[in-house]
Amino acid sequence: MATITTRSLSGSSQSPRSPSAQPFLGITVTDPVKLGNGVQAYISYRVITKTNFPEYQGPEKIVIRRYSDFVWLRDRLFEKYKGIFIPPLPEKSAVEKFRFSSEFIEMRRQALDIFLNRIASHPELRQSEDLRTFLQVDEETMERARSQETGIFKKKPADLMQIFKDVQSKVSDVVLGKEKPLEESSPEYEKLKHYTFELEDHLAEAQKHAFRLVKRHRELGQSLADFGKAIKLLGACEGNSLGKAFSELGSKSETLSIKLQKEAHHLLMKFEEPLKDYVRAVQSIKATMAERANAFKHQCELAETIKLKEINLDKLMLTRSDKVGEAEIEYRELKAEGEEATRRFETIVRLMSEEIVRFQEQKTLDIGIAFHELAKGQAQMANEIADAWRSLIPKLEACSART
Amino acid sequence: MMGSGNQDFDEAQLFASREEMESLILDEPSNGKSFSDYRSAMSSVSVSETHHPLSPPIVGIGDSDDPLLSSPSYNRDHRNPNISENSYLEPPSYADVIFSPFSDKNGEVNGVENPIYDSGKSGVLSRSASSNSEYFKISVSNPVKEQETSNSLVPGGNTYYTYLITTRTNMPEFGGSEFSVRRRFKDVVTLSDRLSESYRGFFIPPRPDKNVVESQVMQKQEFVEQRRVALEKYLSRLAAHPVIKKSEELRVFLQVQGKLPLPTTTDVASRMLDGAVKLPKQLFGESASVVAPHEVVQPAKGGRDLLRIFKELKQSVANDWGGTKPPVVEEDKEFLEKKEKLQDLEQQLSNASQQAESLVKAQQDIGETMGELGLAFIKLTKFETEEAVNNSQRIRAADMKRVATAAVKASRFYRESNAQTVKYLDTLHEYLGLMLAVHSAFSDRSSALLTVQTLLSELSSLHSRAEKLETASSKIFGGDRSRIRKIEELKETIKVTEDAKSCAVREYERIKENNRNELERLDRERRNDFLGMLKGFVINQVGYAEKIANVWANVAEETSGYTKESS
Repeated sequence: MATITTRSLSGSSQSPRSPSAQPFLGITVTDPVKLGNGVQAYISYRVITKTNFPEYQGPEKIVIRRYSDFVWLRDRLFEKYKGIFIPPLPEKSAVEKFRFSSEFIEMRRQALDIFLNRIASHPELRQSEDLRTFLQVDEETMERARSQETGIFKKKPADLMQIFKDVQSKVSDVVLGKEKPLEESSPEYEKLKHYTFELEDHLAEAQKHAFRLVKRHRELGQSLADFGKAIKLLGACEGNSLGKAFSELGSKSETLSIKLQKEAHHLLMKFEEPLKDYVRAVQSIKATMAERANAFKHQCELAETIKLKEINLDKLMLTRSDKVGEAEIEYRELKAEGEEATRRFETIVRLMSEEIVRFQEQKTLDIGIAFHELAKGQAQMANEIADAWRSLIPKLEACSART
Repeated sequence: MMGSGNQDFDEAQLFASREEMESLILDEPSNGKSFSDYRSAMSSVSVSETHHPLSPPIVGIGDSDDPLLSSPSYNRDHRNPNISENSYLEPPSYADVIFSPFSDKNGEVNGVENPIYDSGKSGVLSRSASSNSEYFKISVSNPVKEQETSNSLVPGGNTYYTYLITTRTNMPEFGGSEFSVRRRFKDVVTLSDRLSESYRGFFIPPRPDKNVVESQVMQKQEFVEQRRVALEKYLSRLAAHPVIKKSEELRVFLQVQGKLPLPTTTDVASRMLDGAVKLPKQLFGESASVVAPHEVVQPAKGGRDLLRIFKELKQSVANDWGGTKPPVVEEDKEFLEKKEKLQDLEQQLSNASQQAESLVKAQQDIGETMGELGLAFIKLTKFETEEAVNNSQRIRAADMKRVATAAVKASRFYRESNAQTVKYLDTLHEYLGLMLAVHSAFSDRSSALLTVQTLLSELSSLHSRAEKLETASSKIFGGDRSRIRKIEELKETIKVTEDAKSCAVREYERIKENNRNELERLDRERRNDFLGMLKGFVINQVGYAEKIANVWANVAEETSGYTKESS
């Protein structure tokens, strides 16, 4: 866990921190419960926070939250912390039938848990006020906060993607010599963008196959169960020692069917989901890139405007116009804005470069764990299969010895 | 430990180029294949085995590091000459080599497999080879399109295919060790029909279907190949039957050059026509209305004697609906029990055979998807390696490569394992096919019984007619010349009918005996074959599961560092 650096908080340390205690913020998402009826039905989760941060109301807090609350938090963070890769959220599921399946709920719960804990371990994000709100306020307050969100402030990543795409197309215009570039053209950043887009494609494909692999496990499990049953019936037909051999084989097949279903679930939660999470994370990066492009464009546009204002001001000064004063004020204001825009842009650039490093390290770890789980699960399953079938060999040998 | 780092690297390098990777996916042979005809599909899967792109071209068998694989054992081939040298359905399989630890005697494991697979590709259940040094191997090859020369009104008339049938045997009946003939499918039908006549009561392997619809609908090449395989299987099964293998009909079919010297079966229409011509004569007493002894030994149904057909039909109706018990019935309790059991068995076999097909498909699918996952990760690896800017990317790429390699290996194992599984579980399918032969043999028995019953009924009615005439005649002093003549005629008829009845009874008993022997043989062989199937299936599963476990265990070991790192 990243150790926390100095936090400047004015006069809020009411609860003295013992010098030896490590700063700690741990969150658990648990206990999904279906509430409401019919179309209005939704799942609520229990969010348990354990912390020794002085800003928090106490060492432990339990609140009830639903998916749209998480979306609110993500959107607020996205607004406030431009340049930082906001941890991704699991998708909203459109398919009605699937929405309340226990597997979907479990997948979502796991993803939401990971979401909050990632925020909690990010040195900047963990200090967010919105996070504190999310983790502490009661449900009514939360609902009010959620519904207060107006459209102007809430730009969905999808909208940003559109802006990003527009900007991208401008790049090709530049290449064709059509327009002045409104897009950063540092080769490093270009490489990063290219990498990000391609990475998403590759990951999505891997995730697709991972998901299919889960399905195949389930199908094989079902086949083994059906096969086992059929073999048992055949054994009942044959009778005597051969019949017994058949029915034991059938039973083993049915046992293995269960193991396969178990591995299917394990594969889904511990391998496929992390891959999907990786894809989402990359999409989050793309959203941040769109933000960066936005900030860059804004900065450039301001710079243009300032230049024009400067020329105009000079003109006015030359003609000793009485509008000079006004123009000077405007000019200064614009300059300040321009500096602000530049600062914002540069902050994003700085943050992004830190984030990229962090992201790569984190992902290597996450995927490393996922790979380990995959290998472990497959090895275990294969061993169980080998053991189960092997146990039959002595009996079968005995059977044929008797012939 | 399997797979040193270098080897993994080399294997990954095999898939280095993008084009190669694309072609890897495209060449996957079993994509989109329907498994409705899984057996032919399976044979094509096995065909592609040696050419499968995921098989490493460099290492022929697999990881040369694996000590268990260092001495490929070819025991099976040496022991049994019936295995063809170029049989690619049975490559030096991991099963053979790796399973010596499981069985104390290497021969035991191989001995189990021998009885089933000693007819090379055909996977036929064979007894003969394992017991003595006799061998009898038939292969069908070289389909050639030929033209029907005679009676062709249409220019370029009827075409048909002939197949080269090659026999290799050391059986004395053949007086030669290797010979070939060309035969067409019609000849096979003739052979099959003649065998059914000569071997009533036996479980004669059923011949391949005529497939009239398929022959029109399928691609010619595919259909001809399918038929070739089916013919080979059929003839090999005949060669494996202890009684039929020695039949003259089979010998003639396999050995005599030129036209097949067996009487062909006339079609139903012609037979009926012939019968219809004879019928009036029979009814008016001009032609014999009694079945001749030599005809009695054949069922009424396939013949031309309509009168006989009618009489037996009447008898069977009387059996089912009449008030009185027929003169002779199936009394053999043991037989009836066995029959019922076999019906039950057939049902379960059908079910099990279906589920076996599904199981094979599911295993095929999981192997395929695993392979696709591996390929996806190989692409990712290559991508990350090319675009690597910092160290964590390189580490990640290395991990991915490990996983990718393992997935591809595992996928290959699934496929290999499945190719074997198909052959083992095919035993179920084989026995299901055999049930047809059993039905046939049982119906030989019941039709022979019907003939006996019919003749007995006839005898009894002849006797009562004779009695009535005698009583009527004795009332007239000095005798009634016309009646006495009639009585004499009747007595003649009775005598002939008695002869026919004796023949029919003998035939019936003979068929019963054949049934009994065959049932015994079926039970015995079935037990052996099924045990062999179970053992083979289980051992195969164990072997490959262990290999797959090993592959993944290594990766788990290599990635175990991550679990300690995570908080």
